[in-house]
Formats: sequence, C-alpha cells, structure tokens
Amino acid sequence: MDPRTSTLSRAWLALAAAATLLLSGCGYNTLQSEDEQVKASWSEVVNQYQRRADLVPNLVETVKAFAKQEQEVFTQVTEARSRVGSIQATPELVNNPDAFARFQQAQGELTGALSRLLVVAENYPQLKSDANFRDLQAQLEGTENRIAVARNRYIKAVQQFNTTVRQFPSNLTAMAFGFQPKPSFTVENEREISTAPKVDFGTGKK
Amino acid sequence: MIKALLGFLVVFAAWAQVAVPPYSAPVVDLTGTLTREQQAALSRMLQEYEARKGSQIAVLLVPTTQPEEIEQYAIRVGEQWKTGRKNVDDGVVLVVAKNDRAVRIEVGYGLEGALNDATANRIIREAILPRFREGDFYGGINAGVDRMMRVIDGEPLPAPEAPQPQVGGGIGQSLPILLMLALVVGGVLRRVLGRVFGSMAAGGVVGALAWLLVGALGIAILAGVLAFIFTLAGGGGRRGYYGGFPGGFHRGGRGGGFGGGFGGGFRGGGGGTFGGGGATGRW
Repeated sequence: MDPRTSTLSRAWLALAAAATLLLSGCGYNTLQSEDEQVKASWSEVVNQYQRRADLVPNLVETVKAFAKQEQEVFTQVTEARSRVGSIQATPELVNNPDAFARFQQAQGELTGALSRLLVVAENYPQLKSDANFRDLQAQLEGTENRIAVARNRYIKAVQQFNTTVRQFPSNLTAMAFGFQPKPSFTVENEREISTAPKVDFGTGKK
Repeated sequence: MIKALLGFLVVFAAWAQVAVPPYSAPVVDLTGTLTREQQAALSRMLQEYEARKGSQIAVLLVPTTQPEEIEQYAIRVGEQWKTGRKNVDDGVVLVVAKNDRAVRIEVGYGLEGALNDATANRIIREAILPRFREGDFYGGINAGVDRMMRVIDGEPLPAPEAPQPQVGGGIGQSLPILLMLALVVGGVLRRVLGRVFGSMAAGGVVGALAWLLVGALGIAILAGVLAFIFTLAGGGGRRGYYGGFPGGFHRGGRGGGFGGGFGGGFRGGGGGTFGGGGATGRW
C-alpha cells in the first residue's frame, strides 16, 4: 500500500474518532435520543386523544336516545369535538409552543364538555342502566386514564430533554444545532384533566 | 426559604406514596385477608395458566393507595412488576385497595383488544363487586380471575415458551465466546495444519467446547460446522472473513426478564408494558 494514502486515511480515521468523542461528550447523541423519546411519547398522547374523540359520536347518540331535551350539552360536546378535529396534531406541534397551547385549550374544552354530558346522564336512571351506555362510559373512563398516563410520560420525557438542553455543556450543542426547550402540560389543564374522570359518579357512587 | 420548604414538600410527597411491594409471588397480600391456603390455590391457578397460555395475571391486595388514586398506583405496579411477556405485553394486574373500597384491573398493551375497558368493567361489576360487598374477597378475586382467563383464552397469542430457559440463556451468553474461540483457534490451527485439516480441527475443538458449555449436542454440532466453515472460508480475503459474521450469528437477546433464578418456582414479571387501560370499581 502507498504509505501516503495510508497516512491520509489514518488522519481521517483519527478525525472521525475525535468528532465522535467530541459530539457524544457534548451531549449530541443524548439530545438526539431524548428528542426521539419526546416525539414518541407525544404521539402516544395524540393517539389517546384521538381515541377519545372517536368515542364521542357514539356516546352522544346513546345519551340522546334517552335525554332528547338536553340539546345544549350535545351542541357543546359536538362543537368541542370538531374544534379538536380541526387542529392538525403533527409531531412538529411539540416544537411550536403556540400551536401546543391551542391544542391543549381545545382538548381541555372537550374534557369539560364531556364531563358535563356525564353529569347530565346522571339524571336519567334508564340511561344509567343501559348496557351500551355503561360500556361506553367504561371506555371513556379508560381512555381518560390512558390520556393521563400518556401525558405523565410526555411530561417526564420533556423534563429530561429540557434539562439536557439547558445544562452545560450540552446547552452549547443544543444552541449549535438549534434544539429548543419543548413545551409541557401546564398545571392548570393538568388539574382539569385529572379531575375529569372523577365527575362521572356512575361507578363511584354506589 | 420558600424554595427549601417547597423542596421539602416535594420530597415528602414522593415519600408519602404507598410503595409498590416486590413481585415475589403471583398473589401478594399485604392486608392479611387471604388465608395461606387461598393464596396458594390462587397462585397455583395463575401459574398453571401462565404455563398453558403464556399470559401473566398478578393479584395485589393493599390496605390503601392514598394519597394516590388507585389508577395511578396500579400503573406504577404494572411499570414496576412488568407483568406479562416482553413485546407480547400480555400481563394483567388486579389491584385491591381494601380500606379505600376500590378495585382495579390494569391491562397490558397486548390484551387491550380482548380484555378491553368495557369487558374489564363488566368483570368488576358482575363478578367481583357483588362478592366484595358481602366481604367475600377470595370469592371475588377467584371469580374475577376466572372470567379474565376465559376472555384471554379467546385471544390468539404466541404460545408459551418451552420451559428450558437455561439452555436459551446459555447459548445467548456463550455465543460471543464461541465466536472468539472460533477465530483464534481457527487462525492458529490453519497456520499449523494447513487449510482443510486446520479447519476440520477448529470445527472439532469448537464443537467440543460448545458441547461442554451449552450441553446440547445439536447446538454443539452446529457451532462446530460453523467454525469449520469460517476457518475454511477465512483464508486469503480478510474482509470476507469478518464480513461473513453478522448475518448468521447476531440473534437478538431473548426475553429480557427471564434467564436468572428459574430453578425454584416464581420468576417475577416477564417484561410486559402498560398504558393505563382497564377499569376501576368501588364497593
């Protein structure tokens, strides 16, 4: 082998090794994997919200069959659902605090409307003993719980990512590669969400 | 000052959570509600089911989950116990908070289709709660577990693994060693004995060692043949020698949680994951 090419390739090798060490030492790889973790847990949150939105038409129809006169609540739920549906919940949403806040707002409104619907349902004993309604209610409760779990996991993932973005020396890497701290769920709608499942007395009261 | 106080509060809150006990048996009773015979009978039923179907069902009785809700506690139990098989996620945890008068069925990801929220809710309402109201905890748990088993039976899941995990773990652990051996022994023997004879000798040595290490003749022969081929093919082109490896040999590690402590009875969770599915009931 030509000794010159050999030295050259050796230099390249050394450079590559140095770059690897430098980048991993500065938290570049950590940033990448934590960013992926945030994305993954965010899509789980979106999935579970979507699952809830899919339950709404069925639930409204079932309650309607027993409680026709409660038009106001039905309108509220349907409107809140269509607002939720109009927001494109892309993975990029987590990089845009404004869009994230709008998403939160819309989901919070649907949570509120749904719990009002369940409060109304309490006044109709026939509805409460309807097997179909009970199944739907169980599904809604389960989905609210899944949302809570997914949100908690998202909060943890964001916490870890934001810590890395702000800590020295990885904050320099984050700055160089344009990583910004990501928005998380605020305490206000955290309270909204965590109280929502408790409003349905269906299983709790007996 | 305020910060210190807040910090103290946070620490206190974390400390105040009810701890999740270790997953030491299929039925863990911290309330002393079940007799020893009842616990043994339930455990036997659950372990037989796991051997037959593969799915893991766990039962936990605690006095209270306060200040947490039973939902939050149950997901922590699932995360810590890892009930169910890895990647199949077919675990279920039945949590009873006796003084809170609350019961929860926490369902692993893989069973959310069969044991969906509505079904779990029905099982709680129809099988568990009526008996709990009469103070018959064993009867309620037994009936609930029985109903869950019948529901899960209807779900096509991967067959349970044959109970020979030592062999499985053994291969996994000694594979890299065998590879290194094949390389070293093969290289030396080929120099000394020539290509064909050296390869044959390397195959024999590696095969014999594999037999000693793993204990299964079929695997030993396979290892020997592979070592023979590697040594034979490894001649001139060094690239080919290395390049030939990854494809054939890298079999991913099998079931994370298995492996250790298989000899005596219960082995704990298999690595299942949970996402908050299931149902809660109160009596």
